[in-house]
Amino acid sequence: MQYVPIVLFALALIVGIGFFVMNIRKLSRNINLGKDVNRTDKKPERLKNMMMIALGQSKMIKRPFSGFLHVIVYIGFVIINIEVLEIIIDGLVGSHRIFKAVIGDGIYAFLIGTFEIFAALVFVAVVLFWTRRNVANIKRFMSAEMKGWPKKDANYIIYFEMILMTLFIVMNATDVPFQDAGIGNPISQFIAPLFNSFSLEALHTIERTAWWIHILGILTFLNYLYYSKHLHILLAFPNTYFANLNPKGQFTNLESVTSEVKLMMDPDADPYAMPAEDAEETVPEKFGASDVADLSWVQLLNAYTCTECGRCTSACPASLTGKKLSPRKIMMDTRDRLEEVGRNIDANKGTFVDDGKQLLNDYISPEELWACTSCNACVEECPVNIDPLSIIMDMRRYLVMEESAAPQELNMMMTNVENNGAPWQYNQQDRLNWANEE
Amino acid sequence: MKVPTMADMMAQGKQPEVLFWVGAAGSYDDRAKKISRAFVKILHQANVDFAVLGVEESSTGDAAKRAGNEFLFQMQAMMNIEILNGYEVKKIVTCDPHSFNTLKNEYPSLGGKYEVYHHTQFIQNLLKEGRLKIDDTTLKGKRVTFHDPCYLGRGNEVYESPRDLIKRLGVNLTEMKRNKSTALCCGAGGAQMFKDAERGDKEINILRTEEALETKPQIIATGCPYCNTMMTDGIKFKEKEANVVVKDIAELIAEANNL
Repeated sequence: MQYVPIVLFALALIVGIGFFVMNIRKLSRNINLGKDVNRTDKKPERLKNMMMIALGQSKMIKRPFSGFLHVIVYIGFVIINIEVLEIIIDGLVGSHRIFKAVIGDGIYAFLIGTFEIFAALVFVAVVLFWTRRNVANIKRFMSAEMKGWPKKDANYIIYFEMILMTLFIVMNATDVPFQDAGIGNPISQFIAPLFNSFSLEALHTIERTAWWIHILGILTFLNYLYYSKHLHILLAFPNTYFANLNPKGQFTNLESVTSEVKLMMDPDADPYAMPAEDAEETVPEKFGASDVADLSWVQLLNAYTCTECGRCTSACPASLTGKKLSPRKIMMDTRDRLEEVGRNIDANKGTFVDDGKQLLNDYISPEELWACTSCNACVEECPVNIDPLSIIMDMRRYLVMEESAAPQELNMMMTNVENNGAPWQYNQQDRLNWANEE
Repeated sequence: MKVPTMADMMAQGKQPEVLFWVGAAGSYDDRAKKISRAFVKILHQANVDFAVLGVEESSTGDAAKRAGNEFLFQMQAMMNIEILNGYEVKKIVTCDPHSFNTLKNEYPSLGGKYEVYHHTQFIQNLLKEGRLKIDDTTLKGKRVTFHDPCYLGRGNEVYESPRDLIKRLGVNLTEMKRNKSTALCCGAGGAQMFKDAERGDKEINILRTEEALETKPQIIATGCPYCNTMMTDGIKFKEKEANVVVKDIAELIAEANNL
């Protein structure tokens, strides 16, 4: 009989983790639909960024209030996971609070006491988060792209955390021997009296129930990640590691263009030359991006990492002045389209079947793309180094080089650059006139 | 005004210490031409041996690149690189953060490797080397705020050079709420300078001008010809031309030194 809970627990663990691994593999497959870009250089600098920005939350705290609350939830989450380890061992071997015997009463009490304090702090923090999202009318949580699922998703995460923290405290409060020992219960000792009228047996049932729901809740939450913006708790680490390290002002030089321009400018090149024999099979590379597969895997990783906090959008000059562009929406659209492509591949036995849709137009409109000033405010703001600007630029490249669909005024500007070497229609021979005009 | 060209220099068998990259705005835009002249006056005062490309200079391709036309950008870049390398240019200074960024960051992988300075960095070096002094009495006590150009600030993390120069003018520098890495764009970047803005409820340059006006400035200092245009337009829109002027840091230094 006593093996039943152990077997059930092991089963829950296998199903929970197995399903999670399956989704992570899907995630990784989807990210790898992106084009290759080399981010294996400068390992120490990358590691340092990951340590400072993801682990150390250095960019989060630039907005002190929400940053501080986030740090509490983050630390709480990380250290309470030590407790989960104990729960897993207890569940698998049928022990109760196994760490207590292993590490001794004193240290155990200190650990659990710390967890309890953090559980309470996390609870308070997420209540404040909920208030910010639902009551405080904070502009960046009210934008158009936050309507519907994104808002629900954010609230579900908050409710999950509230419930998990409550279960953890209740589990401790109804653990009679634990409360009798009277150490390591700085919070639950105040909850325990609420259960005074219950019989010992009832208390044990409540404790077991809380324990079970707590661990099943954690496994559920783990599997919720893939369907949620909450993926950032995992992807923030690779995302900060693989982020661009060049100056933000530096945009990539398309290599496919370089080879063509070199050929065009080579005075010895024969304009009527037949293509080399081996060149026949090669399809000319598409310039810029119109769909997710034209983006790099780092940009796709960016999309999955985005937690929709909207700091980018709240700093974007276009968005601040009422234009349609929202860098956060660029990231959300990229992710949603990538998910759609992923589902298409799943439904068609591993190959993508054209669905007549693409990221451009069906998700992101040219109007949004042309509103960008390339000022890098969104890139600077992102607490996990996501680069919405690079996606905007790649899509502009597609519009201009594949579709010749630049706004008319920009076409004129570009014609001037081509003909006069300046964005305005001035004669190149007048370029030094300024020197003698005073 | 004496502005030697690289062609002149070469004819005389000379190699100047630095090439002044004037840029399209600095060459053709009436407002920006004044910045070019102010900077040349400073170069003369510091006895800097410089030259420009003159009619051989062409657009860096920055605006074309940001508009999405990578072809045009790389054509411009390769043409310019051919000329710059032909003159064996090693060191470049420019008053335009967009040229600065493109020459410094985007030309190297196309074969153009130079030491590139924004004019505020270059002037800062002249001060350090003792080749130039700034008179801190002319503009003493004026209220100044500085608008960070995106491609100088966030783009290349140059925040202190312009501020250091402003402080040496003896003026009273007051920061806007959004400054340095959080500075708001003037609205000109990303080729926006050359097109109308998309539909919205405000122009970006008006918003930024309002932020600048909150500091009650007498002078809005900039380090970019495009920012200068946008802020100047903003001041006109707000009808504050009588009380507030928009000046490039080079112009302020030339004014302080009575050049």
